[in-house]
Amino acid sequence: MRVKSIVCVKRVPDTEARIRIAGDGSSIDPSGVKFVLNPYDEFAVEAALKHKEAAGQGEVTVMSVGDAASAETLRTALAMGADSAVLLKADRTPEGLAAAKALAAGIQGREYDLVLFGMKAIDDDLQAVGPMVAELLGIPVASAVTEFSIADGKVTAHREIEGGAEVVELRMPCAITLTKGAYEPRYASLKGIMAAKKKPLEEKPAQVDAPAAPAALSYPPERQAGRIVGEGPDAVPELLRLLRQEAKVI
Amino acid sequence: MPGIFAFAESRDGELRKVAQEVVTAARKLADAAGTEVHAVALGGSGLQAAAAELGKYGADKVFVGESGAFDRYSPEGFTTVIVNFIREHGCDAALFPASALGKDLAPRVAARLGVEYLSDATALDAEGATITVTRPRYAGKVFSRAAVTSKPAVISVRPNSFQAAENAKAGSVETLNVDLGSADFGAVVKEIKAAAGEKLDVSEAPIVISGGRGLQDPANFKLLEELAEAFGGRAAVGASRAVVDAGWRPHGDQVGQTGKTVAPTLYIAVGISGAIQHLAGMRTSRYIVAINKDPEAPIFKVADYGIVGDLFQILPRMTEEVKKLMS
Repeated sequence: MRVKSIVCVKRVPDTEARIRIAGDGSSIDPSGVKFVLNPYDEFAVEAALKHKEAAGQGEVTVMSVGDAASAETLRTALAMGADSAVLLKADRTPEGLAAAKALAAGIQGREYDLVLFGMKAIDDDLQAVGPMVAELLGIPVASAVTEFSIADGKVTAHREIEGGAEVVELRMPCAITLTKGAYEPRYASLKGIMAAKKKPLEEKPAQVDAPAAPAALSYPPERQAGRIVGEGPDAVPELLRLLRQEAKVI
Repeated sequence: MPGIFAFAESRDGELRKVAQEVVTAARKLADAAGTEVHAVALGGSGLQAAAAELGKYGADKVFVGESGAFDRYSPEGFTTVIVNFIREHGCDAALFPASALGKDLAPRVAARLGVEYLSDATALDAEGATITVTRPRYAGKVFSRAAVTSKPAVISVRPNSFQAAENAKAGSVETLNVDLGSADFGAVVKEIKAAAGEKLDVSEAPIVISGGRGLQDPANFKLLEELAEAFGGRAAVGASRAVVDAGWRPHGDQVGQTGKTVAPTLYIAVGISGAIQHLAGMRTSRYIVAINKDPEAPIFKVADYGIVGDLFQILPRMTEEVKKLMS
């Protein structure tokens, strides 16, 4: 089946980045922070490419709502093998409902069978945009999917739940949010990177609501390094005594 | 005065523990606003008796919607019933568990209501009807605290963050009409594949024992499972990103920035050096124990108690001693 996929991606700080709160107390200081394609979105891009390759036909468009730097993230996805990209340009990258509305507006009017997302963005940790876009487009969604197959206009998805998995059947067009599973993201080859420079990257202004009131950011309470109870198995009885009598957790 | 909506999650006709936690959190908000808690449980038949329990945790009214179509979770069906309920009864806040089901359902409900959604709240404060939500970002590298400006406030609460507390109300149980007519859902759950023995999830377990590369071989996770078992069903086995990437453990067990953020009472890190992504995911645990052969490992900087040494000698001893303690 010739599937047209739209993969929504976000530019986020690398997982190894040390996050520092900026002077305004409500944003993070981007200096010295490396930005990457959101790791969960990499699974979504990989899934779209895999299914296109398996079918021998199809189309993969990557889309992002964000500031000008997000174009770089879209180029990363193009270098992995996506066919075209759309940047819905905003002054700042919106989150939650504002991001979902902008993406839904960007998707509406395009032809698509499948809208893919990473399960969550590792910066805001909201895990909301996929289901919200699905709701705004009026299409079904399965979230936290590790693997899916496509046949007869339907998607069969394995969704991660506590203590197991749910097998969900979705009528297309539909949305899927991906978590780590069957799709190991590929590295962009040098050839892919060169090719990405020539692929179409459409830019248009995003429809973004006014941002919500800023949140106050704080660091989690510093943990004091505790004590080394001892060395080797002989320290075990003392550890358990402390957990029982001092910490009172067992 | 509109109430506080609490979604009471169930599976196979039984309420899940998070249902009590969500109702407990809702009770606190309702008391601040001087209003009622309306708990809603949806499922196949046989939920009524279990749902009545929620009065104990502070639900003024429990609404039970039973339908054969709800034997399994239905994103569109649940969303429609909940949104209709909220539109009819009104609410200042709608609380969901930050579980696999809650995280799928709550954003969909929020989008249909046209309001913002905040996930994984670790604390809720209320001054009258103004609700302030504290939640982690960057997997807990920083926390954000903000008042919710759009009403109702749609929030999911992190398991284990709101200890279920008995706060008895003479909760009445009412039947909720869930007749969806000839609704034709685009997503249907065909099957539930349970992992062996319906294992406890790391995001919900009071004790998490996580293993890292120091375990050397996937087969050695058996040592962690034996220790977890010694704790008598209260412990789950987690994993670091390195071992999940290596395919030793499923992603659902991963603790850290590209896995789950956990806050158990006790977190035992075994053979985990403590990369920044991992520390982010577990540093809000109440007590942290580290077992590692390298005394310089960063994990010891956040651990309350540590043992330096060979985990292959320490774990069997620990399992043996815990068994003695528990017997």
